[in-house]
Amino acid sequence: MSQRSRCGDMSIRPCGCRVAGYALIGRMRRLGLVIGLTNLLVSFAFAQVTDRPPDTLEARLRACAACHGEQGQGTDNDYFPRLAGKPAGYLMNQLVAFRDARRRYPPMNYLLEYLPDSYLHQIADYLSALRPPPPPPTIADVSPAILARGQAIVAKGDPARGVPACSGCHGTGLTGMEPAIPGLVGLHASYISAQLGAFRYGTRTAAAPDCMQLVAASLTESDVTAVAAWLASRPVPADPSAVPRGSLAMPMACGSEPN
Amino acid sequence: MRDGPTLLAALLLACLLSIGGSRSAHGQDAALLAKGEYLARAGDCIACHTNPGGALFAGGLAMPTPFGTLYSSNITPDPETGIGNWTADQFYAALHTGRFPDGGLMYPAMPYGSYTKVTRADSDSIYAYLRSVRPVHQPNRPQDLRFPYDNRSLILGWRTLFFNEGEYQPDPAKSTEWNRGAYLVEGLAHCGMCHTPINALGGNSQSQAFQGGLIPMQNWYAPSLTSNKEAGLGDWSIDEIVELLRTGASHRGAVYGPMAEVVYDSTQYLNDTDVRSMAVYLKGLALGAPPSTEITSVPRPESSLLLHFGQTVYEARCAICHASDGRGMPPEYPPLAGNPSIQMQSAVNPIRMVLNGGFPPGTQGNPTPYGMPPFAQRLSDDEVAAVVTYIRAAWGNRGAPVSAGEANQLRTAPQD
Repeated sequence: MSQRSRCGDMSIRPCGCRVAGYALIGRMRRLGLVIGLTNLLVSFAFAQVTDRPPDTLEARLRACAACHGEQGQGTDNDYFPRLAGKPAGYLMNQLVAFRDARRRYPPMNYLLEYLPDSYLHQIADYLSALRPPPPPPTIADVSPAILARGQAIVAKGDPARGVPACSGCHGTGLTGMEPAIPGLVGLHASYISAQLGAFRYGTRTAAAPDCMQLVAASLTESDVTAVAAWLASRPVPADPSAVPRGSLAMPMACGSEPN
Repeated sequence: MRDGPTLLAALLLACLLSIGGSRSAHGQDAALLAKGEYLARAGDCIACHTNPGGALFAGGLAMPTPFGTLYSSNITPDPETGIGNWTADQFYAALHTGRFPDGGLMYPAMPYGSYTKVTRADSDSIYAYLRSVRPVHQPNRPQDLRFPYDNRSLILGWRTLFFNEGEYQPDPAKSTEWNRGAYLVEGLAHCGMCHTPINALGGNSQSQAFQGGLIPMQNWYAPSLTSNKEAGLGDWSIDEIVELLRTGASHRGAVYGPMAEVVYDSTQYLNDTDVRSMAVYLKGLALGAPPSTEITSVPRPESSLLLHFGQTVYEARCAICHASDGRGMPPEYPPLAGNPSIQMQSAVNPIRMVLNGGFPPGTQGNPTPYGMPPFAQRLSDDEVAAVVTYIRAAWGNRGAPVSAGEANQLRTAPQD
């Protein structure tokens, strides 16, 4: 509390208005008391601006920006995903799952442990509305045959083995569907592959029926590699928004996407 | 005809009486349940007896201890798997003596060393409230303690050494407010469970009450509440202590880790009178302690290179929020200059904050807290050690230097 009042006090210069304070002294000598008082008021206003962080979610969520980028665009770290533009319902589900440890990743579990739903909703809405420039697609480091296999699974699935097409739920543009199915473009191959593994081994779980657990369990290791490589090689479309709720006839029931 | 109005009046009166009567019975019930819920918050029952995302009070939370893993019990009113068959007497005996209705001994992870101070009336309120929550049929998981700790008769020895049974006895020389605070801090709030050092036998020593200690398994240091060199609140104002306990953040610092849980689940819900009473008592604990400037372990000149390196890291990474002069922007960005929690003999907490970052709890008074980024990915062990050494020594702070080894060790500390 005392900081703000000290900023207006000319005898002590401890805080963010230090520079303004020096300027103030010189001008008071030259221009007299009236203008000095005006400057004092300006100095108070300046102090209020500089002594408190901005009252914005951006300032509150610096903890997230460290790994997910200032605009939720992701970083070059393979395992930290892009969050911007994902459907708010999906982001909320993940925030709650991390907080309640249904999705296990200790740094995220720790950060979210004592945050209430009301705040998590705000965070989800904020990240969902961000539209940073799309990242460049990854140059795939797998053979054309593997990429083709990935493309086939994404677009058509593998009906013989009960694998549905990714695009059946995530959209032909792979930008997801409101309210809770995420887009799959703009992510690193390592991240996608790690998530499919996490679904399969139960370190990432969702509301029952946990459709992704079933899908991931039906994929082979080489399927996962192929799908991840193909998805990572796709460019993010100009409009990365998810398609509207209910616009896709989903091939299976998902607990996290209410029909 | 004369009897008509009389009869009507009598009927009306009877109606009114019966409405009034049932209202007051309901009112009493509601008041009792509300009081019980409030006291259960003060006792933070939920922290251990509810699994995150699980059913309220159904237990099953795994609690790793140096002796093995304990699982909390189901305290919903389910008659088979909960405490639905317990009487109010048995419930009081559990809090007061640490014994199950069949006489069996409870592991002292259940803080009956503190709950023994709870009055019968408060115990009855909590009992009534717990009987009103939704019964959940969920059998308790067997405890998973290593030999020889799986032998419950060992608890007898622990009790002989560390357990003092008895309700709180007010100190007539102190104010009502102080006594209320002492009753809550020493009793339901069971602050001593973390803030009193735990010895090799898993006991809290009365003579070291509230002197601080490393919380086993969690690798967070619960600072001393009696020493102003640590979290002793002797030089805090009552308002600042109240602000911290009610919102999780204050102009002097914010809570993270296990204390964030305490504020999130418990103290944010306590009324102003009670939190103020706790503040008065807590401040009193530290009042006789020496002033915080007497710490002797200041960095020596040979560590000046480390300090210089640390300052470079600080200016690049930390100053944007905590300011070059370490004043921060309280309460959103806590001050580091003069903040005792980063100068304590144990550097565990400041190292962990740099590695893992963290949010203070989201509370009614601070629903959208500002978070600190984790730096584990971006800073090397040497950089972490340097920057923590710097903030422990800059701006008149007087904490001992930190080694890269200490920083490295905490990279693997559990975060959940």
